[in-house]
Amino acid sequence: MTGRMSLPLATHAYGDHPPTMPPADPARGDAAAVDPATRLAMYRMLQRTRQFEKRAYDLFMRRLVKGTTHLSLGMEAVATGFGTAMRADDYTFATYRGHAHTLARGVPMTPILAELLGRANGLLGGKGGSMHLTSVAHGVMGSYAIIGAHLTIANGAAWSAQYRGSGQVAVCFFGDGTTNIGAFHEALNYASIFRLPVVFVCENNLYMEYTAIGDVTAVPRPAADRAAAYRLEPQVIDGNDADACYLAALDALERARSGGGPSLVEAVTYRHGGHSRADPGKYRPPGEIEAWLGYDPVTLYRDRLLRLGVEDAVLGGVEREVAAEVEQATREAIDGPLPSPDSALTQLWADGGSQWRN
Amino acid sequence: MAELTYRAAVAHGIAQEMARDERVVLVGEDVAGAGGVFKTTVGLLDRFGPNRVIDTPIAEQAILGAAMGAAMTGLRPVAEIMFSDFFAVCWDLVANEMAKTRYMTDGQVSLPLVVKTGNGGGLRFGAQHSQSVENWAMAVPGLKVVTPSTPRDVVGLMAAAVRCDDPVLFFEHKGLYAMKGEVPDGEVVDELGTAVVRRTGADATILALGLMVPRALAAADELAARGIDAEVIDVRSLVPLDTRTILASVAKTGHLFTVEENPRLLGWGAEIASIVADEGFWTLDGPIQRITTPHIPLPAADSLEDLVLPSADRIAATVEKSLQT
Repeated sequence: MTGRMSLPLATHAYGDHPPTMPPADPARGDAAAVDPATRLAMYRMLQRTRQFEKRAYDLFMRRLVKGTTHLSLGMEAVATGFGTAMRADDYTFATYRGHAHTLARGVPMTPILAELLGRANGLLGGKGGSMHLTSVAHGVMGSYAIIGAHLTIANGAAWSAQYRGSGQVAVCFFGDGTTNIGAFHEALNYASIFRLPVVFVCENNLYMEYTAIGDVTAVPRPAADRAAAYRLEPQVIDGNDADACYLAALDALERARSGGGPSLVEAVTYRHGGHSRADPGKYRPPGEIEAWLGYDPVTLYRDRLLRLGVEDAVLGGVEREVAAEVEQATREAIDGPLPSPDSALTQLWADGGSQWRN
Repeated sequence: MAELTYRAAVAHGIAQEMARDERVVLVGEDVAGAGGVFKTTVGLLDRFGPNRVIDTPIAEQAILGAAMGAAMTGLRPVAEIMFSDFFAVCWDLVANEMAKTRYMTDGQVSLPLVVKTGNGGGLRFGAQHSQSVENWAMAVPGLKVVTPSTPRDVVGLMAAAVRCDDPVLFFEHKGLYAMKGEVPDGEVVDELGTAVVRRTGADATILALGLMVPRALAAADELAARGIDAEVIDVRSLVPLDTRTILASVAKTGHLFTVEENPRLLGWGAEIASIVADEGFWTLDGPIQRITTPHIPLPAADSLEDLVLPSADRIAATVEKSLQT
């Protein structure tokens, strides 16, 4: 499989506007497009995300992960490509489907998994959970679980970077469903008029939750077809191709850093599972999942690296190392203590407490 | 000492903070070139320039999101929501994001920001531009809530709000913008979470907020003429709440009245009544009484609006009747 193939998009998802992927830039599959060390690092991140998400699923089925969880299985290339391209001090804003984006900024697995399990050694001490992963030390400024708002918050971080002259860029990830809420439109207009250093990345996985995005959107491309209204270039990329995501990210980040203002990138991808753990995803037509499993971002990338001459043993080594990392994180998360009861009443206020009266 | 209007005090307070800290920026609809639709930000653009005083589109979510993202990355923004009624179109940012992010991230994120807003009735603007919504904010853990009633408090509480590392909702009362009062020379900095006794008295405690403070004081004058010595407390800060000052006053007078501009159900006075019933019950000599707007949207006609908002006469009559029975 190559990056040139057209994606097996579900035609019903676009109603009367059956889409075709734009032809991928041939250079994106070429040896020279991305240096070998970066490619190997991206393969490791794809593996880390894939294996982490599978483990999160398993732990949910074992009732160790409570509540809900939204997995990025099948969508790993977007977070990997953008996370790899970002500068260490850039800002990530993610959604409730944010495990991959958090990992992609270098946050270790153990605190993420422990957070999913509600343990004291969780990233947020058990107070945020799966949908709110945040690690300010890694530039992960939060995962936001009510769609729309975080685009406007990403603008604020970008405004701050612009005001301080720091050269930082805010990268904001969201799904196709977000493009129909008001805050999306407020945020894009606002970013455009102030030329904010922000990159909006729409992960179009073809379904808002249980409903096909094409059935509820006036235009075929939920993000790209809105770009012109905000004086932005429409961009659609192959969201299953880590190289394509990485190169698009480099372009958008450079534009933002050099004062060129915001970008809106629509990365077409597909989630292998349902929207959340409550969703078996049965609304999807026969054959669609299988077609996308045949265009899996991890397999696609592995095949590319082999074709480019990377030894199979090297890739196997990465896979085994990541498997060991997941095992260790699982042990450390399960062995993690429960949060202390006192912690429920801490960190409402900046003084560390939650007092509202004297 | 200078005499300022309440509206000029708002700009004065923001300018005081912008002059001492370049992380303080101001953002909102018509706040720069026009100096605010209520003229509460006049002169700030000229003095601090367009990088720090910024006109936005009509996009309340975008305004508050910008303030929040900037606050979590090193700035100390002041954002304006023109009418507090408009919180209803951006409450997701306030109640779900600003209020909860520090807690959810176990303290990783600080949000030193102020949202200033024109609140309250009496200007014949009708039901969608007149509400008193402090109790909406009070009901959400993670928000600090203040309402100044004098020009001096506008400056001092604005300074305290800007210097606070938590999100503060700063409710200016539209009906007080034209009020004049003395503001001391030099830096004025007040403290959040402190009530002020505006008038001391021995017979009854009257709590009030915003525009209701001058009305409670007028009522106290009426009551004095009838031999009732009322104490008037300007609550000023709903979160944090100065229960100590309130409980001490009730212990002294034995009677508690709250004067609330909000509609009846679940106004801020209900929470205070509950606290006093729990902790000050044995100091009470009569029932706690809440004086509020009826549970209706505010009507536009001046005759109707005047009828439903608590007036000095209604406050005085309620207190007098209660103390006589």
